[in-house]
Amino acid sequence: MALTGIEIFKLLPKTNCKKCGFSTCLAFAMKVAQGQADIEKCPEATEEVKAKLKEASTPPIRGFNFGSEEEKIKIGEETVLFRHEKKFNNPTVLALQIRDDDEKIESLIDDVLNSSIERVGQILKIDAVFLKNSSGSADVFKEALKKLMAKASHIPLIFGIKDPAIAYSVLEKFKGGRPILCGANEENLSEMAEVAKKYKIPLCVSAKGVEKVISLTESLKNKGVEDLIINTEPSTAGELLRDNTVIRRSALKKGIKALGYPVITFAMAEDDFYEILMASLAIAKYSSIVVLSSIPRWKNLVLFTLKQNIYSDPQVPMQVKQDIYKVGEPDENSPIIVTTNFALTYFLVKGEIENSKIPAWLAIMDCDGLSVLTAWAAGKFSAGKIAQFIKESGIEEKLNHKELIIPGYVAMLKAAIEDKLSGWKVIVGTKEASGIPAFLRNYVRSRQ
Amino acid sequence: MSFTIPKETYTGRIPEIVFGKEKKVFIGGESSLPFLKFEGDFPHKPLIAFEIQDDIPEDYPDELKSVYSSVWDDPVRWAKYCESLGAEAIALRLMSTHPDSKNAKPEESADKVKRILSEINSPLIILGSNHTEKDSEVLPVVADASRGYNCIIGKAQEGNYKTIAASAMAGGHSLIAMSELDVNLAKQLNILITQMGFQKEKLIIDPMCSALGYGFEYTYSVMERIRIAGLIQGDSMLCVPMVADVGFYVWKTKEVQATEEDIPEWGSLHERAVIWEAVTACCFLLSGAELLIMRHPEAIGITKKFIEQLCLS
Repeated sequence: MALTGIEIFKLLPKTNCKKCGFSTCLAFAMKVAQGQADIEKCPEATEEVKAKLKEASTPPIRGFNFGSEEEKIKIGEETVLFRHEKKFNNPTVLALQIRDDDEKIESLIDDVLNSSIERVGQILKIDAVFLKNSSGSADVFKEALKKLMAKASHIPLIFGIKDPAIAYSVLEKFKGGRPILCGANEENLSEMAEVAKKYKIPLCVSAKGVEKVISLTESLKNKGVEDLIINTEPSTAGELLRDNTVIRRSALKKGIKALGYPVITFAMAEDDFYEILMASLAIAKYSSIVVLSSIPRWKNLVLFTLKQNIYSDPQVPMQVKQDIYKVGEPDENSPIIVTTNFALTYFLVKGEIENSKIPAWLAIMDCDGLSVLTAWAAGKFSAGKIAQFIKESGIEEKLNHKELIIPGYVAMLKAAIEDKLSGWKVIVGTKEASGIPAFLRNYVRSRQ
Repeated sequence: MSFTIPKETYTGRIPEIVFGKEKKVFIGGESSLPFLKFEGDFPHKPLIAFEIQDDIPEDYPDELKSVYSSVWDDPVRWAKYCESLGAEAIALRLMSTHPDSKNAKPEESADKVKRILSEINSPLIILGSNHTEKDSEVLPVVADASRGYNCIIGKAQEGNYKTIAASAMAGGHSLIAMSELDVNLAKQLNILITQMGFQKEKLIIDPMCSALGYGFEYTYSVMERIRIAGLIQGDSMLCVPMVADVGFYVWKTKEVQATEEDIPEWGSLHERAVIWEAVTACCFLLSGAELLIMRHPEAIGITKKFIEQLCLS
């Protein structure tokens, strides 16, 4: 676990020699703790101290890349148990399992290639393919891989191979970046370790339960394989939640290095609905890779959306794109309400307009995702900017009135907006979204 | 290396709420974060209530219409239909009382509630239309009409909690207290309500629900924070069962309404709509809800199956 500035200071010579560029050892220690200075800058730090710092600065959960030259995916390096503490770093990789003896390999690859969906300005897609050696034959696997590479050489790959000899012969000829080799277990551990070392690729190791996995990851680390992925083979949702919680907690809170690795989950179930719920649990609760058995579009949409929601940054307000949104089916007589693009503001205001049952235009202005008062205080939701936004939005042409409703919290902008937006009348709305339905009803009635 | 499972130390336990008269159901009672059975007790599984409305719904999309339209003109028939689908509890939402709907009078609602209570065995949750002022007129009357039936009444909010909490107390019911996506607001409202003499052991927090893709992560994280505050940090005002009013939010979204012809890249509507409700519900189970209010029987079915599986570890 990372050392604090004071802990680092205790390890330094405390001579204040300034050779590191800082005026005191304490100042230097603080910068080292924040990762803004390198311990190597201290000429008097002993090798022992450096080693200790290096050990302490390694992330508690190892992170690494896999994938092709064109598409590298980073997994691991998570730092918290709950997303409100800090952003979850590297979003769960969604992979489709394709069996090497499947006759429809090509159409499955097409499904992966066509899986992308845009949501709130982000392109989401099936990230990787898990190619499973279900035939047990090296030739069949190579043939399948050839088809895959011909169609989609950029897709990050996970090789589901349990036979070390087959793994060797596949990887020997493979030139497609850095795939994950998934298939190490108690029986083949040493040989699989050799393959992973030789081709410098991440290795996925599986055993039933956390304790068994620990002995395997320790042994693999001693053999020199660093980039590992864990599968505890949970057989129920409850076991998956338990194992993943124990793994993440052990790595982060107890510094247990043998569990400081990303987790892979095979969500596969007979029933698509149930598979999605297992995958959802894996996304919410700490799996870095989720392998799926099929990828119909409706299934992708729900998993992509969940992944996007869970991995959003709780400290950076979620934003909505600047635009004039329709709530219901507004026409040229419908009211227009302007507010900021903080997602929560948008959802609450939109919801309350819906509750009012009065169709309206909702003008969402880009304020870097700040709420109304904060955006106003930061000068992002000012009279000038609101006037400019309304003018440039072209909404004037869609309306036969010129009345703009502004949030109650910025009532003081009324005159200034009317000044800058010629011909418009500004109506001061409510402070809280919950007052919108009553407000809108009165407003519409008063205009009639 | 010898390995011991790192266990969390908990200081609190969620109170157990029992509701219903003929048939009783329990929620809460657990002593650790959701489903972590290796470090806590879980005397009761989360409960799913089938939502019905007091009049023909104005905004149910086709996927719900096809399930309920043959029974929804009569809340008693609707409730019985849900019982036939395996409902363990019914949540009656008095939508017709909303001033923008039929603005139905409190007495009409009371009659409907009495009829339902006399004809079904399932425990009942009675919800207003979420109109702050109107709810404070309607809910006291229905709380009185259902006196002795040990229901859950909701929702008390900052603007109307006094009348609603007082009447729930007089009627012997449990109470849902709703605040807007904020740990401190939830705590504040519970303090205000308990200061009136309302038993904390009969309170349920609604931290304000949302649908997947529409503010979902706010509800999810607020729930996690409430659970951590209540169970680990010893904040007794937040050590209270939680409800996720899932159906109400999910069935307004575009994802459960747009057909495949409208948006081809979203795929089949039926599966998409059902799973949208189920995933939203299941994730809120993981963040701490003990009570779910849901609409689609298929979504409820798979959520139940998921709960069974979550309890196996």
